Amino acid sequence: MNGFDILAPAILTVITASTPLLFAATGELVTEKSGVLNLGLEGMMLVGAVIAFATASVTGSASLAIVAAAAAGAGMALLFAFLTLTLMANQVATGLALTIFGVGLSALIGADFVGYALKPLPQLDIPGLSQAPIIGPIVFGQDFLVYLSFAALIGVSWFLKRLRGGLILKAVGESHDSAHALGYSVIRIRYLATLFGGAMSGLAGAYLSLSYTPLWTEGMTAGRGWIALALVVFATWRPGRVLLGAYMFGGITILQLHAQGMGIEISSQFMAMLPYLATILVLVLISRDKTKIRLNAPACIGRMFRPAK
Amino acid sequence: MNTARFKRLAMGAALVGGMLLGAAMAQAEPMKVGFVYVGPVGDHGWSYQHDQGRQAIEKALGDKVQTTFVESVPEGADAERVITKLAKSGHKLIFTTSFGYMNPTIKVAKRFPKVKFEHATGYKRSKNVSTYVARFYEGRYIAGVIAGRMTKSNIIGYVASFPIPEVVRGINATLLGARSVNPNVTIKVVWVSSWYDPGKEGDAAKALIDQGADIITQHTDSPAPLQVAANRGVKGFGQASDMIKFAPKAQLTAIVDDWRNYYISRTKAVMDGTWKSSATWDGIKQGMVGMAPYTNMPAEVAKQARETEERISSGKFHPFTGPIKDQSGKVVVKSGEVLDDGKLAVMNWYVEGVEGKLPK
Amino acid sequence: MFLRLEPRPQTSVLQVYLSPVLAIGLTLITGLIIFAALGKEPMTALYTYFVLPISDLEGWTELGVKATPLVLIGIGLSLGFRANVWNIGAEGQLTIGALAGGGIAIFNHQSESALLLPAMILAGILGGMAWAAIPAWLKTRFNANEILTSLMLSYVAVLLLSYLVHGPWRDPEGFNFPESRMFPDAGAMPILLDESRLHLGALFALLAVAGAWVVLSKAMIGFQLKVVGAAPAAARHVGFSQNRLVWFSLLAAGGLAGLAGVSEVAGPIGQLTPTISPGYGFTAIIVAFLGRLHPVGVLMAGLVMALTYLGGETAQIEIGLPKAVTGIFQGVLLFYLLACDVLTHYRIRLARSYAKSFEKTPAAGEPAAERSAAE
Repeated sequence: MNGFDILAPAILTVITASTPLLFAATGELVTEKSGVLNLGLEGMMLVGAVIAFATASVTGSASLAIVAAAAAGAGMALLFAFLTLTLMANQVATGLALTIFGVGLSALIGADFVGYALKPLPQLDIPGLSQAPIIGPIVFGQDFLVYLSFAALIGVSWFLKRLRGGLILKAVGESHDSAHALGYSVIRIRYLATLFGGAMSGLAGAYLSLSYTPLWTEGMTAGRGWIALALVVFATWRPGRVLLGAYMFGGITILQLHAQGMGIEISSQFMAMLPYLATILVLVLISRDKTKIRLNAPACIGRMFRPAK
Repeated sequence: MNTARFKRLAMGAALVGGMLLGAAMAQAEPMKVGFVYVGPVGDHGWSYQHDQGRQAIEKALGDKVQTTFVESVPEGADAERVITKLAKSGHKLIFTTSFGYMNPTIKVAKRFPKVKFEHATGYKRSKNVSTYVARFYEGRYIAGVIAGRMTKSNIIGYVASFPIPEVVRGINATLLGARSVNPNVTIKVVWVSSWYDPGKEGDAAKALIDQGADIITQHTDSPAPLQVAANRGVKGFGQASDMIKFAPKAQLTAIVDDWRNYYISRTKAVMDGTWKSSATWDGIKQGMVGMAPYTNMPAEVAKQARETEERISSGKFHPFTGPIKDQSGKVVVKSGEVLDDGKLAVMNWYVEGVEGKLPK
Repeated sequence: MFLRLEPRPQTSVLQVYLSPVLAIGLTLITGLIIFAALGKEPMTALYTYFVLPISDLEGWTELGVKATPLVLIGIGLSLGFRANVWNIGAEGQLTIGALAGGGIAIFNHQSESALLLPAMILAGILGGMAWAAIPAWLKTRFNANEILTSLMLSYVAVLLLSYLVHGPWRDPEGFNFPESRMFPDAGAMPILLDESRLHLGALFALLAVAGAWVVLSKAMIGFQLKVVGAAPAAARHVGFSQNRLVWFSLLAAGGLAGLAGVSEVAGPIGQLTPTISPGYGFTAIIVAFLGRLHPVGVLMAGLVMALTYLGGETAQIEIGLPKAVTGIFQGVLLFYLLACDVLTHYRIRLARSYAKSFEKTPAAGEPAAERSAAE
């Protein structure tokens, strides 16, 4: 047993632990960039997870399950958007209520699926490449959703930086009144951003119930929606840092499990605190420069918009 | 649940606001048995198995009983209210199925001396409160024997929740079982600080496998570690229920919590007036601990597992029979002696062969 | 067809009272549909959910027990939310408050002193404040966002509690089970009503409501909180110290959450256990907004929220309604309550097109974007 034997599989484990966080946080980042704060990630993820599992169980099609999960997440987000954007209900409270609702709804839908097993998603297998030492399984041996999570992050990053739509989205989040004055339909853009966030949470759920742990049990997200939410803040609303945050959090979680297996003599509870403490520490380090944060945090986040004219 | 029963209740409620009439009719009605669960019945673990027991009562006693359950009851201030509500609404027998319900159960029992209470895994009893728990360590010893025979790396990976005596006992029993057939076995333990987080449980199993474990066993609630074992091509054990569906090629056996017989017999005892407060610690013999079929192993190993099971269930053998050494090498149980129940109940030390220090 | 909201010239007083009624009406109708679809007798189900839990005195006292932590924390959070200080880590502050107060009881478990309980309460408040001071310090000193720091510290607090009750603080006579010893009688919250569990904490909650009302309507800091929330630019212009408000909001919320924590462990629980709060710190965020960040509103919202929990339990017991359904129902009720708020500021009209839905109404004033959040 040497270091390399452990390293490659450990990195694989980090990737699977981080992927659901990456999906959900990337989606929430887009939602928040438009000025909407949706705290209902946990609820949307759970509904995505149960819909994915149910669809895969009934139809046997993983791709259909993934699409259905994204749609289910978006459906939950639509409910949230209607309440907060059209009826102007408070976003923070509605998001939390969405989680309560989602926990219940997923349990009700999932009642008949408890105790059933699915085959995990197939992994990419490129003869030759996937077997290459260390790099092989990491780069070429993942399942479809892992690649999709990266694609989504790169897409979002590119969209926000380079595309006109991205600029408009940011403008809406920065100052809805100005954006409205320029003729953009603030509410419509926020609807779209919220739906995208919901769909991504749905995918995060799908990854949990189809690939990470291919099963359905109630409350199986176990708080990951909250972590994803914190990661958006951690990232100071920059896509690249979402990746850093998700992988750092996942990485430290896995690292402490490995450290325990090697017999480190620290109470398990203290080991379990590490990812949370590390996230705070790194946030403090990167937040010290005030001006940089200001540039990235959407100024209108959580505020309601009602055009005057 | 049951529509006919519900309608009867509904009509009563519509007439005079339910409760009063419900109480008056209680004599003619079937006996009500209540359950308090700490998790959702959909956890496919601890609470799910208790609910199997509840359903078994309904199946066995039919019209004579009516069962009620409240799920996901937090172990804080809410538990006492839920138990009180069950007692007030005419339940004659109430099972509180998590350790954290111990003090609330005792408090409520004082207020309702005519109602019988059954608290799982606790140690406080009174005239109308019994306790019950299963000797899961018997099953874990058998799992250890199998693991000891099946492992090639001589490392068993153990995904654990919290360092309480029940969990420590399981780790030690596994080690003793494994060393009885293979003196070179060691156990690596990873604590996930949660009873239930499928993702983290699975990750812990992966970490253990990465560190050389080729048999995975767990004391957490979800099938995730077993699924990971299957996925990585190593073997593992089911927990709480038979999890063969999740890992048809990897589950060696499962240690099944089987509350059915106990629940039925206690319900009958209340019905015929023979119920008495007692402390039950049943094992394989009484059927409270069940072993799922021995699969995915050579016939010869399965035979040895069955023999071990038979020796334990017949009382010929106790898993904690000396000589047992602790981690420092000190003999804690002398050759031929058996660790008594009192010491088993409070176990907070590892036997020799378990790696790492027990978090205190 | 689009909904079109027409701003009211001023907040409708009638609607302030009418909108919750409408919300409850809508919930009842939705409830009827949900229950009928599940094959339950709808009227009985609603009765079981909303009336049965409080059909006797004990029910009302239990409502008070359940609402106490929600109101205490909700009041504290509502102060900060007014000034856009997003403390979502009240769960952790509650936990540390319970640990600090509980620790005193554990280390003085033979005490019969009348000072024990006051000391515990004080320690609980200080503990919650200390835990909230970390995000306040990180925010004011390092500009670290309090959403993340307060949330992450909640997990740390719960793990710390887990460590203590599994290890050093567990009951020496408790067979190594993860619970502390029971607190001595001198360390128990006095019961307000015989034969019930309604404890002194409920009185503290009412005091907190009154205190918050005074702070908001009479004190300078309350005025500042309101101004910062409603018009941050103006607040900066007049030179209100943002840092001071951050500290005040977090310490107030932390102190009240800590008080809630020590009230729980010295009240209905009576010892330290691995689970002290079933997420009160998070639920209280809903309570704060449901109560429109107004002290009396928070009190009402806390009671409503508590009733939905009690109703959910009763519905499971009496008619076998699964927990999943009670969760959905609770979510729906909250949606309606939050959505109907809109009626206090707007009239709803139907518009033919999306563009038309934004048409300016001549009578309309200019509602501040933040107003409905702040009021």
